[in-house]
Amino acid sequence: MKKVFSRPKLLKPNPFHYCPGCGHSLLHRVVAEVIEEMEADEIAIGIPPAGCAVLAYNYFDVDMGEAAHGRGAALATGVKRVLPDHLVFTYQGDGDIAAIGTAETVHAANRGEKITCIFVNNAVYGMTGGQMAPTTILGQPTTTSPGGRTGNRDGFPLNLSEMLAVTRGSAYIERTSVTTPAGIRATKKAVRKAFEIQLQGLGFTLVEVLSPCPTNLKMSPADACKWVDTEMVNFFPLGVIKDITAPQENHDAH
Amino acid sequence: MKRDEKPSLMRGSHIVAEAAVRAGCRYYFGYPITPQNELPEYMSRRLPEVGGTFVQAESEIASINMVIGASMAGARVMTSSSSPGISLKQEGISYLGGLELPAVIVNMMRGGPGLGNIAPSQSDYFQATRGGGHGDYRTIVLAPASGQELCDLTYRAFDLADHYRNPVLILADGMMGQMMEPVRFPVLRDVQKLPKKPWTITGAKGRKSHFIRSLILDPGQMEEHNWKLIRKYEQITDQEVQYETFKTEDAKLVIVAFGTAARIAKAAVKRARAEGLPVGLLRPITLWPYPKKALRELSKHAKHFFVFELNAGQMVEDVQLALKGDADVFFYGRPGGVVPNPAEIARIISRQFFQKEIV
Repeated sequence: MKKVFSRPKLLKPNPFHYCPGCGHSLLHRVVAEVIEEMEADEIAIGIPPAGCAVLAYNYFDVDMGEAAHGRGAALATGVKRVLPDHLVFTYQGDGDIAAIGTAETVHAANRGEKITCIFVNNAVYGMTGGQMAPTTILGQPTTTSPGGRTGNRDGFPLNLSEMLAVTRGSAYIERTSVTTPAGIRATKKAVRKAFEIQLQGLGFTLVEVLSPCPTNLKMSPADACKWVDTEMVNFFPLGVIKDITAPQENHDAH
Repeated sequence: MKRDEKPSLMRGSHIVAEAAVRAGCRYYFGYPITPQNELPEYMSRRLPEVGGTFVQAESEIASINMVIGASMAGARVMTSSSSPGISLKQEGISYLGGLELPAVIVNMMRGGPGLGNIAPSQSDYFQATRGGGHGDYRTIVLAPASGQELCDLTYRAFDLADHYRNPVLILADGMMGQMMEPVRFPVLRDVQKLPKKPWTITGAKGRKSHFIRSLILDPGQMEEHNWKLIRKYEQITDQEVQYETFKTEDAKLVIVAFGTAARIAKAAVKRARAEGLPVGLLRPITLWPYPKKALRELSKHAKHFFVFELNAGQMVEDVQLALKGDADVFFYGRPGGVVPNPAEIARIISRQFFQKEIV
């Protein structure tokens, strides 16, 4: 019988520590598949974050160097400047990239660093136990926004990807989700495109992936996916936000 | 070591930058802060000439994390700053310690606390010699006191960092950074001939993938990692202590001072000697590891120690710890960026001799 589905070559045979229904496992697979398909495993260098994906180096079978919380884009800058022909990507959650690491990310984008940020947005702090994230949507209750986030008390959800699109150094930014098979396929396409644009040296690239966190949303995996698809997308609309390789009318800042 | 035939007359910050380039440093990441801006300015011109890269980061935090990335990728890399900026870098310095990554960090100290001022100071001694950030770790701390030493210690710092896989701090001050002195540089090193680093992340080509991390969740394994670091620090303590003594052979009173303060103290010792007072100087060149044995050795014939610092009294604690109460320790310091002249220190030496009836 023909084998049609198996573990990607670039995922180590370690069981994921992620919660049931979490989007990280899916996204790990997507990223590993893309690197394998691009035959980039010998030049790939991953930068895991502090957060739920802190142990990503236990899964990705490529060279990895751990960053402090939020500093992925700065660390990736250092790696890429030394190894300009390598495929350098960070893997960061919403708290990591859009709260504590905002400055590092904005300036890496603005310098046009030839790196790719894989930005996992699940609207909540996962590893620390469900606190409010910079991307927690209005009305969403968390352990530090009791009764639901209000703009007046807690501030508003931050649209980092749209912010980064305004910088002159960013080349490609897309928002996808991993809540449906179609979303997973779109995510894979976006990651591949980001990696290719990075290797072409065109500028900073980022793929924001909306991802379900059933544990901290206190929902079943199916309901968490539905919540992302019906509630979260109202604040974080899916689609290409910036692509300098697309026809002229899509250019934002060039 | 082969050196340039002719000396160059340069200011301290430029000396450090050129010495780093000679040592094989090809990457510099930094953020402007007075009084060390001449260093990144020099690097921005110089590094492209040797195929290197200069990046002005958006903050000290970003720059130290760029240093981490470049070090992981195997490069000789440096950053520099002054006191408030070094505080911001402490997060990254702790990670460098935990990740066991080589890097050279320059602190041209200025007056503090807080924003302080831009005058020369030595008030970051505690921060430099106790690790500085969170966790059980140490940085090697080198304290130059002349232009030539700024050059030689910077050059050596890169070898120490690579050899021990540990961050090395050059602890100087605004005075050292601005002062112009003649210096003979070592010739430019061939970076291709530097020792290979098999632990770096350069892509899993022809080998298995590996990772570098400081997260070790299991307490037993974390303890093992800490013991490994401690053993490394013990080895450094055994092998890397450096100091200078000046007229200590017959000294009844020994001044202990480093960096700029030691320059002033040396002039004061000469004055006091001219008055016939048996005084000498011990100048620690490594502040960590600290020359404790040398101090204890001196205390066999000198029972009076005079610690002089450009701060409110920090290194004096290491002197007291080393002497364990076996000798009298007197402290005089000027915090806040004030630099006293040798006459003032010579007067204090004389006063010590008469008040304490040292004969």
